[in-house]
Amino acid sequence: MNFTPPAIDYFALSPMIVIFAAAIVSVLVEAFAPRTIRRFLQLLIVFGALLTSAVLIVLNAGTRTVTGGGAVVIDGPALVMMGTIVVLSILGAALMAERSIDPVGDSFAARASSLPGSEDERQLTQRGYLQTEIWPLTLFAVLGMLLFVTANNLLLMFVALEIISLPLYLMTGMARRRRLLSQEASLKYFLLGVFASAFYLYGAALVYGYSGSIFFPEIAQSLTSKPSESIVVFIGMGMLIIGPLFKIGAVPFHQWVPDVYQGAPTAVVGFMAATVKVAAFGALLRILYVAFGGVRWDWDPLIWIVAVASMILGSIVALLQTDIKRLLGYSWIAQAGFILVGLAAASPAGLESTMFYVIAYGFATVGTFAVISMVRDANGEATNLAAWAGIGRKSPLVASALSLFLLGLAGIPLTSGFVSKFAVFVAAIEAGATWLVIIGVIASLIAAFFYVRIVVIMFFAEPTEQTASVVVPSAFTTISLSAGVAVTLILGIFPQPVLDMLSNAGLFLR
Amino acid sequence: MTDFPWLTAIGVVPLIGSLVVALLPKSKPMLAKQIAMIVSLVVLGMTIAMALQFDGKSTEPFQFVESYPWIPAFGVNYSVGVDGIGLVLIALAATLVPVTILAGWRDIEGDQESEGSVKGYFALVLVLEALMIGVFAATDVFLFYVFFEVMLVPVYFMIGRYGGPQRSYAAIKFLLYSLLGGLFMLAALVGLYVVSIRQLGSGTFDFLALVGMDIDPNTQKMLFLGFFFAFAIKAPLWPFHTWLPDAAAESKPGTSVLLIGVLDKVGTFGMIRYLLPIFPAASEFYAPVVIGMALIGIFYGAYIALTAKDMKRLFAYSSMSHFGFITLGIFVFTSIGQTGSVVYMVAHGLSTAALFLTAGFLMSRRRESALISDYGGVNKVAPVLAGFFLVAVLSSLALPGMVSFIGEFLVLLGAFERYIWVGALATLGIVITAAYALRLYQKSMTGPLNPSLEADGNTITDLKGREITALMPIAALTVVLGFYPAPLLNVIEPAVDRTLEIVQVDAPDSGLSLDGLSSEGSEQ
Repeated sequence: MNFTPPAIDYFALSPMIVIFAAAIVSVLVEAFAPRTIRRFLQLLIVFGALLTSAVLIVLNAGTRTVTGGGAVVIDGPALVMMGTIVVLSILGAALMAERSIDPVGDSFAARASSLPGSEDERQLTQRGYLQTEIWPLTLFAVLGMLLFVTANNLLLMFVALEIISLPLYLMTGMARRRRLLSQEASLKYFLLGVFASAFYLYGAALVYGYSGSIFFPEIAQSLTSKPSESIVVFIGMGMLIIGPLFKIGAVPFHQWVPDVYQGAPTAVVGFMAATVKVAAFGALLRILYVAFGGVRWDWDPLIWIVAVASMILGSIVALLQTDIKRLLGYSWIAQAGFILVGLAAASPAGLESTMFYVIAYGFATVGTFAVISMVRDANGEATNLAAWAGIGRKSPLVASALSLFLLGLAGIPLTSGFVSKFAVFVAAIEAGATWLVIIGVIASLIAAFFYVRIVVIMFFAEPTEQTASVVVPSAFTTISLSAGVAVTLILGIFPQPVLDMLSNAGLFLR
Repeated sequence: MTDFPWLTAIGVVPLIGSLVVALLPKSKPMLAKQIAMIVSLVVLGMTIAMALQFDGKSTEPFQFVESYPWIPAFGVNYSVGVDGIGLVLIALAATLVPVTILAGWRDIEGDQESEGSVKGYFALVLVLEALMIGVFAATDVFLFYVFFEVMLVPVYFMIGRYGGPQRSYAAIKFLLYSLLGGLFMLAALVGLYVVSIRQLGSGTFDFLALVGMDIDPNTQKMLFLGFFFAFAIKAPLWPFHTWLPDAAAESKPGTSVLLIGVLDKVGTFGMIRYLLPIFPAASEFYAPVVIGMALIGIFYGAYIALTAKDMKRLFAYSSMSHFGFITLGIFVFTSIGQTGSVVYMVAHGLSTAALFLTAGFLMSRRRESALISDYGGVNKVAPVLAGFFLVAVLSSLALPGMVSFIGEFLVLLGAFERYIWVGALATLGIVITAAYALRLYQKSMTGPLNPSLEADGNTITDLKGREITALMPIAALTVVLGFYPAPLLNVIEPAVDRTLEIVQVDAPDSGLSLDGLSSEGSEQ
């Protein structure tokens, strides 16, 4: 039996290969490099690899190819998503690299395996041990996300899903403070994530059973060529999209979101809230637009239900939150609903508006969590809203930056959030889903209430004894925060270049 | 100089001014005020210079036009230009800003409790001025929407950081109401854009292109509601008014003047500029409902004002009643009625400013109490203050000789022309207006001096030079335009006629025309 190895376009895959190689090296550094230079080496590897990857993605602009035996597709939308993921990862990694905010060092547990409250942990802290295991995990997660948006078949997409998930489960549990909360979040994320993966696999099996292929373009073909539609394939499709919908955190797959947002180290939340969303929407778009593009009317109602449920539930429950990280978790759920409104349009405008929204959201999120990591009191981060009273009086600049992000998320014009919402609504009305837009408008109003509430607490409330203080960070966090502010404003005032880039990116390669 | 980008320049100057003010050190509040004052005077000067070049007889729909592509992907342009209506409202804004800055000279300073810096307030005022000019100058509906929404942010901070004890509540209520309207307008805006894609091939927000479309009546009715909702909340029309009394009661007098005097006009301006021409069929369809709401507003507002115990709330409800008149004039679709509405917008801006500022000066002399019952007999100790208050009150009740009379009279005339019963009903509203306005003056200014005004270290002194300087221009404009309205009418009428031409409602044949009034004016 002859085995012909598939032809591989190494240049097109180079952005991923760089990250993969760096991840391996990073593991080796963790094992063999002396403790004193470990952090330096890791930072060099991580930022070097991410920047190289970003450059390679830019050099690949215009590539439209299917490679690796049909398993990987590099096309315009994929490159846009990859670029966004890598840039957001750089900013997220900068948050994780911060060491001047926490007096002890960084915000990660000295050894994630030591029991909370144990003698072991106490000693590690006393000696001032800091770990760098977070870096190889980060690189693997980034690799998984890049694969997720380029996967052209069901199996590679599953592998990518797992490569994203496993490092993130671990990173969630690594908080230095409030470790039990962090570990609980991690466990919850893991258990629910495993369920979602299982659903995905089962769905993939059903779809394969119907179409006889795992490749998206061939699935699309079989759906249009077979005379009778089978209920099996639609059950399969429904289970399949649970995978990405879980990662997105859309209702009813959202239960993990608030816990993870609250429990995980803030820098990690900033990183994954921004990047994983991009990746998951990329994958969801590809499944629905490429594999099931011909049967839009069969999946649209599903997406409508999920979108409406996410918008309404997310914004209403967020009203009741007193912890700012949990609040942002629910706010994310609502935002996911808005993006799904655009995705449901199943048109080029839907694709562009969805991508614009996740880009805009990603940068605002990194910036938001940069601010949250800086607001601290004696016990670490002050995430209770009561501790934020009057912050705007003490540190007007930082509070103004956060207000900008929040007003952006609320959709006030001249911020990226407004342009995103506008683009999504245009796509939806063009596709005839006016009623969905009206629900979106109502949910936006509810959402505006809690975003504005934070602004009120920061600026209008009197500072109390509980009020936390804003720590001056090092260049790492400052860069992330500034980038978030800049992108939020630029995409709000001059969105045209990015809109051009998205429309030049064209459609998915089928 | 005709190619000079007047409108952009007039908008950019206060924006730069606000940046300069915001970057000043906190220790120099005086310098911040002086710069803000100078900037606002420069803007006023530029506005006057522009207004003098405005050609009242031009057949062009807009003058001082500028247009640059902004977001081509959505067919959005940065397009500005003014017709007569836009021009007088920009002039109103440019006049009231220096007045409020001067009047608020001391207001912010003494306020240790709200700690918001002095320069912050004046920077916000200047930002707001730039946005107000933008909202009246925009000829691209998207651009209009952007100004419409962004305006909320400075006002929100002006109410929430510099105001009375309940300011935070009032600020949130104001913001949420406005956002609610704004979001429905956004949905309608998107809908309008999609309609333009289907009709014109490529989407546009250009006002004249949108007016040229022929939208089917059912779509018009839906889109109309989205815009109307936003404008009715902003104006505010009954029953969307409940945010106004709270906002007015908790704001600094200067904030209230800009909010009610100018900002709320965006609602009625939007009706006449956007609703009628873009959705003519729907406007006709909904006219009876809107007129009904306007009538209820006239009476409800006046009735509550009659029983109000708090001066600022009284002014807010009386404004609501006045906005009923303005809306009524717009929706009777007669040239006289609509011209009257625009004149009324200007007049109401001036009378609101006079009322809030005089009352503000009075209150600053009695520990910021707004209760009418805390005053009485003020004209014995402060005759100048009482005099200005009387002018303000008379202007509010539209005494002949005040510019508000011209507006109210024309609105009623227009209403009579179209629906005689509506005109008759609305005329009854004037009686209640006179009742609450005179009652306010009588209770606070005449009679024996209220003992509490001399107790506890309160002393009512008369107005000082700065305060008189602030009130003088408003009082003068009110009277001068009352006797000589021709300059106003000459620029407003052509713009109104153009609107009516688009709406294509036949004018009722009553033989009434404005010619007599404006030529009579010009003879003087």
